[in-house]
Amino acid sequence: MSFVSLAFLVPLFPLIGSIINGFFGLKIGKDRVSWVACAGPVMSFAVTLILLFSTFFHPEGTPYPEQSLFTWIAAGDLVIDFGFQIDPLSLVMMMVVTGVGSIIHIYSIGYMYEEYSYYRYFAYLNLFLFSMLLLVMGNNLLVMFIGWEGVGVCSYFLIGYYFEKKSACDAGVKAFVVNRVGDFAFLLGIFGIFKMFGTIDFTEVMTAAPTTLIYDGEAATLITLALFIGATGKSAQIPLYTWLPDAMEGPTPVSALIHAATMVTAGVYMVVRCSALFNMAPLTMMIIALVGGGTALFAATIGCTQWDIKRVLAYSTVSQIGYMFLACGVGAYTAAIFHLVTHAFFKACLFLGSGSVIHGMHHEQDIRKMGGLKDHFPITYVTFLVSTIAIAGIFPFSGFFSKDEILYHALMDGNVIYWGMGISGAFITAFYMFRLVFLTFHGPSHVDPHVHPHESPKVMTLPLIILAFLALTGGILGIPLIHGWHVLHNWLEPVLAFDLETALHASEVMLAEHGHHTSFAEVLHEAQNKSHNIWLEITLMIFSVGVALAGIATAWFFYIKKPELPGKLTKGQWGFDLVENKYYVDEFYDETIVKPVVKGSDLLWRQADARGVDGVVNGVAWVIKLFSRAASSFQSGFVRNYALIMVMGFIFLMIVSQIEI
Amino acid sequence: MFLTFLTFLPLIGALALAFIPKEEEGAIKQTALAVAVADFLLSLQLYADFDTSTAEMQFTMDVPWITDWGISYHVGIDGISLLLYIMTTMLTAISILASFGIKKHVKEYMMAMLALSTGMLGVFISLDFFLFYVFWEFQLVPMYLIIGVWGGPRRIYAAVKFFIYTAVGSLLMLVAIIWIYFHFHETVGVFTTDIMLITQQINLDMIEQKWLFCAFFLAFAIKVPMFPFHTWLPDAHVEAPTAGSVILAGVLLKMGTYGFLRFNLPLFPLASVEFLPYVCGLAVIGIIYGALVAMMQEDLKKLVAYSSVSHLGFVMLGIFAFNHYGLQGALLQNINHGITSGALFLLVGMIYDRRHTRLIADFGGLAKVIPVFTVCFMIMTLSSVGLPGTNGFIGEFLVLLGMFQNEMSYAIVATSGVILAACYMLWMFQRVMFLEITNPENEKLTDMTPRELCTMVPLILFVFWIGFYPKPFTKTFDASIEHLITQVQPEDAHGSQDHHASTETTIKMAQATAVQNGTH
Repeated sequence: MSFVSLAFLVPLFPLIGSIINGFFGLKIGKDRVSWVACAGPVMSFAVTLILLFSTFFHPEGTPYPEQSLFTWIAAGDLVIDFGFQIDPLSLVMMMVVTGVGSIIHIYSIGYMYEEYSYYRYFAYLNLFLFSMLLLVMGNNLLVMFIGWEGVGVCSYFLIGYYFEKKSACDAGVKAFVVNRVGDFAFLLGIFGIFKMFGTIDFTEVMTAAPTTLIYDGEAATLITLALFIGATGKSAQIPLYTWLPDAMEGPTPVSALIHAATMVTAGVYMVVRCSALFNMAPLTMMIIALVGGGTALFAATIGCTQWDIKRVLAYSTVSQIGYMFLACGVGAYTAAIFHLVTHAFFKACLFLGSGSVIHGMHHEQDIRKMGGLKDHFPITYVTFLVSTIAIAGIFPFSGFFSKDEILYHALMDGNVIYWGMGISGAFITAFYMFRLVFLTFHGPSHVDPHVHPHESPKVMTLPLIILAFLALTGGILGIPLIHGWHVLHNWLEPVLAFDLETALHASEVMLAEHGHHTSFAEVLHEAQNKSHNIWLEITLMIFSVGVALAGIATAWFFYIKKPELPGKLTKGQWGFDLVENKYYVDEFYDETIVKPVVKGSDLLWRQADARGVDGVVNGVAWVIKLFSRAASSFQSGFVRNYALIMVMGFIFLMIVSQIEI
Repeated sequence: MFLTFLTFLPLIGALALAFIPKEEEGAIKQTALAVAVADFLLSLQLYADFDTSTAEMQFTMDVPWITDWGISYHVGIDGISLLLYIMTTMLTAISILASFGIKKHVKEYMMAMLALSTGMLGVFISLDFFLFYVFWEFQLVPMYLIIGVWGGPRRIYAAVKFFIYTAVGSLLMLVAIIWIYFHFHETVGVFTTDIMLITQQINLDMIEQKWLFCAFFLAFAIKVPMFPFHTWLPDAHVEAPTAGSVILAGVLLKMGTYGFLRFNLPLFPLASVEFLPYVCGLAVIGIIYGALVAMMQEDLKKLVAYSSVSHLGFVMLGIFAFNHYGLQGALLQNINHGITSGALFLLVGMIYDRRHTRLIADFGGLAKVIPVFTVCFMIMTLSSVGLPGTNGFIGEFLVLLGMFQNEMSYAIVATSGVILAACYMLWMFQRVMFLEITNPENEKLTDMTPRELCTMVPLILFVFWIGFYPKPFTKTFDASIEHLITQVQPEDAHGSQDHHASTETTIKMAQATAVQNGTH
């Protein structure tokens, strides 16, 4: 027996938890609900650990094990198994999902305890974990797609958890619909892959990709572009990011789990999982890098102007995921996953920290009504600060390692523009994150006198401490410079290995068959001549720490030293208004897409359907009525007349039947 | 014989009801339900005995009826009709259970429901044009009555519109059938109405195929309904009683798609390929148009009705993909739509019974008051949206995959329908179930009764069963789909078609000729 046969247990535990709590949650009482809800993810985490250890002893060079449960869909030559894939990449994700997931479940016990429909919350949260695990474990695109849409619907449930609130419901629907726009493209990508490869199994597709697709060819570009649009929906990138800030309507632990640590990074995971396809499409890669870098910068600027503690973090998430895509776009997949992991730690910690503040402040989220809270929330403050330093990228916190790896690759494998977007984003990140810390925890208190801030219970602070510890130390996964010490790189190498030479050669042969003699020698030459430049990397590191420190210093200057200055500077500035109103992108979409569709549909119904199509039908009926009134005069009651008409009709039919049509 | 028994059992039940005194409403309801449930349970035996390895008709029965004209009572089932048949018996039973609240003319109502069942079942098993047409017209009558007698305020308008619309379509089909009848005699020398025989032996050139295709197309397109022949549907649904809507959406619309599969594709393969762009064009328009118009509806039933236009567009698209994926998706989507739309109409009926309104604006905040109902409604909403893990996804996915392999452009436009489906369903759900309760009348709503739950649970089970393990369903289609594909693509099928010509039909040919020679 191989340990892989345990794989199905990982998603199964949360599913069972969800079913128990969903059906019997109200009857069994809150304490049992908590046990059931937390047992699922923790047990999944334990099984994941077993799978992880068994993979340490996986013989090199052999394919990674898969577990196929049953044939899900079979139509002609299309056979889709319901199967799981246990390889280094999915294991990293499973560790994050079950690990961070467990911590956030435990935290939720404290945060959500006073809610009436406590059981409903946990039923959704467990169901989310089930879907997320299907997403990362699926061994083919369609199992991934169940998880992909499953997490979307759970996100919809959880954003709209407070369903009496209109804003929460709207945000839920918006999230689902915008995600569906991405899913539409993702589906087209799947269809395209099936058309090209005749299968949608990950291993088969990725193995065949180098020799089936033509490098830089139309098919490769369109398929990967479709997949990437799918990723922009789920991972909240330009142009489909607008749902994520609104998603903050959900309970804060949900924001931490779904809208920071796991679900929103699914797009990055998908791109890395399909890296063999993306490697064949340099044009798509360029677009990914530009969208990623652009989003990183764009969202960061909005983050500077928001007053809602969770919205600042939401834009920060959008921005950080942009970095991950920037890494994917230059082919630095390991760096993307590395940042995904460290981001899961520090951003989950930040969200839970903000939740702790919100909880202790009786659901106040406006940072203008906070200030000086560090004495009231000692543990929350320290953990929040640790994670903020991590996200700002200060040595030796985890974010420093992952972000600098991305910036280094952006320059080395990309160009100065990518790096420029990244480094300016880094400056702004450091600025807005410390703006958040200073406004919330430092300076004079603006707290409403009726509110009595208090630190959260242990069940909430303990998760914070664990996550802060991980945010501090997570960098050891990817220590740069010294060869062989980059644990994550070595770990993921077998999954990401890609033989560009073979691929380019195969493309040349395929093109030649079509009469196009193209040579990719230059591409290959360029790729092979990339070397690791340690001195450049060290220089960049020092530089980017300097940039981060400058960002922090700026924040300190504006919000501690001269707190009256920002208000004066920004007052009446149209540029600031533009950013504060999120560049009016929501309004733009509303005017150019939502309203025209609604108006058009209304027109379609009231005019085209009721008057046009149905009008014709009723018109025809009216004309027939007119004729039939005339025809009813034939009904004279004389048998002789009837006989005459019958004979005429018969003759008519005889003639008609002889005419060839 | 068994098939005939199953088909006529409801009619016998209806006749038996005639002997129960009008006043004993309880006995009438229970008898009707017992008959329908027995019919459903017995029909499961068909599934058990069905041989999935062959495309031949099974459980056949062939008795000469009007020998002079070559008409026989010929029935049978293949992969295309098996699940439609079983779904019909199931939805009949569920509809009867859901109609226990009916107040007016209970006896006549139950008789109409049972007679309707026989009519619908007959359509799916007829292998003789004459017989088919008889059943096709027969089921119109009880449905007409159900809408016209037990319907809403504008029931007469809706019933007449429903009747005339369908009748006009079927008249053209009748003309086409008669033409085929004479043409077959002219070319083959036999007067027969046997569908299997005609399908195998008929020889039509392109122009003939085109005309005949159009005649059949109109009859079936109205039934489906395809854009722009759909306007009878919202009216009929809005006025029909709940059970009428369930049957209408669940079964009657499937007769249209069934007709395409049974007649248009095998009889007129050349025309089918020729008309592909138009049919697919209309299907895609239907998908998008139905969804957009559904979004604007203020009446819950109308919303579900327009969503049917959209969903049936997917079925049509799958049929005209002409490949295994698309056809399998289309057949499965037939069943899925029966389950999901049937359930949605039942659910709308439940809140209508309580509040006597179907306007979305009259609701809001129901989730707090009726949690069990909310869960059921949510599941069906998500199934309608086509969420993976529910039945709706498998069908839509296969249809779109199939179309993508054939004609990419239609598939791309149609796929955008999944976005719109999310828009109109979730927006509706939010306005009905979520938000604050604004109307005090909604505060004292009662949750689902055990009887109502009984109508819903089997449908919910099917939603997830098909969603996660569709194989027991799809495997019944395979052989028939393969056969159908060889019929539609004659260039590589001429050889195999001869193989398929079974000895049974050869014997039948001989018999038919003998009978006619004897009488003349």
